[in-house]
Amino acid sequence: MRFARERLLVDSGRQQGGYNRSMRRVYMDNNATSPLLPEALEAMRPYLGERFGNASSIHHHGQQTRAAVERARESVAKLLNCRAAEIVFTSGGTEADNLAVFGMVHGGDHVISSTIEHHAVLNSCHRLEKMGAIVTYVPVDGRGVIDPEDVRRALRPNTRLISIMMANNETGVLQPVESIGGIATEADVYFHTDAVQAAGKCVIDVQKIGCDLLSISGHKMHAPQGTGVLYVRKGTLLDPLFYGGNHERQRRAGTENVPGIVALGKAAEIAVEAFGNGEVARLEALRDRLQQGILNAVDETGVNGEGAPRVPTTTNIHFDHIEGEALIIALDLKGLAVSTGAACSSGALEPSHVLMAMGLASERARASVRFSLGKLNTAEDVDFALSLIPPTVARLRELSPVYKKHLVIGS
Amino acid sequence: MSGGVDSSTVAAMLRAEGHTIVGLTMQLWNQRRLAGHEGMPEQVRGRCCSIDDVYDARRVAETLDIPYYVVNHEQRFEQDVVRPFVEEYLSGRTPVPCSLCNNHLKFDQLLITAQQIGADTLATGHYARIEFNPASERWNLLRGVDRSRDQSYFLFGLTQEQLSRTIFPLGNMVKPEVREKARALGLSPVTSEKPDSQEICFVPGGDYKKFIDAYLAEQGEALPDTAGELVTPSGKVMGEHGGIHHFTVGQRKGLGVATGSPLYVLEIRGNQKQVVVGAGDELHSTTLRARRINLISVAGLEQPMRVTAKIRHRHEPASATAQQTGDDEITMTFDQPQRAITPGQAVVLYDGDNVVGGGWII
Repeated sequence: MRFARERLLVDSGRQQGGYNRSMRRVYMDNNATSPLLPEALEAMRPYLGERFGNASSIHHHGQQTRAAVERARESVAKLLNCRAAEIVFTSGGTEADNLAVFGMVHGGDHVISSTIEHHAVLNSCHRLEKMGAIVTYVPVDGRGVIDPEDVRRALRPNTRLISIMMANNETGVLQPVESIGGIATEADVYFHTDAVQAAGKCVIDVQKIGCDLLSISGHKMHAPQGTGVLYVRKGTLLDPLFYGGNHERQRRAGTENVPGIVALGKAAEIAVEAFGNGEVARLEALRDRLQQGILNAVDETGVNGEGAPRVPTTTNIHFDHIEGEALIIALDLKGLAVSTGAACSSGALEPSHVLMAMGLASERARASVRFSLGKLNTAEDVDFALSLIPPTVARLRELSPVYKKHLVIGS
Repeated sequence: MSGGVDSSTVAAMLRAEGHTIVGLTMQLWNQRRLAGHEGMPEQVRGRCCSIDDVYDARRVAETLDIPYYVVNHEQRFEQDVVRPFVEEYLSGRTPVPCSLCNNHLKFDQLLITAQQIGADTLATGHYARIEFNPASERWNLLRGVDRSRDQSYFLFGLTQEQLSRTIFPLGNMVKPEVREKARALGLSPVTSEKPDSQEICFVPGGDYKKFIDAYLAEQGEALPDTAGELVTPSGKVMGEHGGIHHFTVGQRKGLGVATGSPLYVLEIRGNQKQVVVGAGDELHSTTLRARRINLISVAGLEQPMRVTAKIRHRHEPASATAQQTGDDEITMTFDQPQRAITPGQAVVLYDGDNVVGGGWII
């Protein structure tokens, strides 16, 4: 049996059947995860090898890893404009969101969130409701933007927490978090913002936002998966999710992921530089060219979130009369990796709750595709995408019964 | 690719032949959707669309080194298969969801998706054969060589266009050969020895009555009151029943009346909410009418045609004459009376191994 299997794999070759490994592959799904930067990899490498140690140990090995963790903490604090002591390292954005929500809210409390949150917040809120909390989900307008006045109107005497994201993962639309922070301060309510999709893409200043809690994720900003941060404003008391040792000032038990944290620190430093050295502007120009190129070359398309402030790396485009899912597969088979919103547990795509909340018809929501750029994307990548997308969409439409019907009615 | 041995072996065979292939799994139904509703299991393992099956399919694709995707057709499946399934039962008919799924999902939506992503042909693990007949210039559908697993009954709705773009590589094989092939092509025992699936994929445990209750509860719809009388063919009231969807023609158990001799369901009168019961010999009938006809081996039925016909999946084909009796209607006259001709089921006409066509019994 073993022999047969090996022979099959050898015989299969690469020229016909199977994956073509030598095919050019362009990655434009950085909102799902982003590649580790070489600098971040170099920074973490010693801590995977000779510089091992438990940061809580008193000996030399512990001391050198402790120092590395604290340096990274300072780097992240600079990215967010806060004190190092306010940074809690977590296993990722989801844990940071859960820590913020379950650390602050108890049964009987009222919470204000929104209809377009990431599932890390949305499903946490659903769990809160089962625990006896009341959650108000404020809506968005057609551009995907929350009206801060809706947040104000939703306030109740027992409102404990407002959790509204800074940038949406699917559309890249930025929320008026500074206004919401002002309302939270006035009402003396805690304010958490999920800034996972904002980190590294736009300036995050927790002082200006006026938030008490803010989540970021390492792998969305070119650090490794399995790292994240919850900013906790000094004086904000939150219950831990995990019980164990006294790590992270008793806010997050568990031995620190030293290599991951070191890489996250490096990625944070590079992210800070990117605002000054033209890198963010470069990505925005690439995104704009990609977006405009698609709109020019393909009929019956549009940008979801048009007219709203957005992060500079993301565009979400609807290609009417096709299934976005089929477009994603067709493009992947030609070497371009893009996506729509969330995948369900089987790996199939779910209809986007974000686009539906914006009032898109379900057909248009299903016809939408997200392009999200990252630091490793180049002008050639955009050219490649623009060479593939129009003919691929044309083929899909040619074979789409919905499109044929539309043409008949249109004529 | 369902994660089962049949579709996995198809993928392995085509891969070994050097075709460029892409694996697709249809996500059709969220098995956890009705979990927790009364009568529904909390956890379902080893069923169509279960996470375990998708995991198995993905592993096969990895082994074969082919691109693999899960496509979400839950909305279409609910609209074109689950809803009609529930409504048919509530109207007193006994539906065939597998045929609806083939007509509306597998050979419609999936075939379109396959073509859209650049594939010329859809290959599935069905036990049936497709051949082009140059004389009639038609694509023919034939019974699978493995008679015990022949699935041609469920495929009678395929159009010429669909047949021309589909291949069934297992049509000439019997199941033991398929398992042997799976082993020979290096698929793991998880795949090659996986047990056959039997029941309706979205009805866990096979209890369709509980499924209908749970589905309507989930939809926030009240179960329509279809309770009524049990009557004899002459109209004598024998008792009462709790709802016509609890019955199917030919059923003997669970009628809730005791007489000296066994009683069977002869007919379900949906409009009057009546279930007609009687002796077993009254179940037999020589004619039926069917509508929503699809013809495969012939373009039309201008003349009455001698065929053999199946009136349910597990039915030995019986000799009959098929005659066009309406715009989209045929009448079948069987040589011998047939037991329990059931509205909602399909009648499928054969000429030898060839599927002539079929329709839905009214």
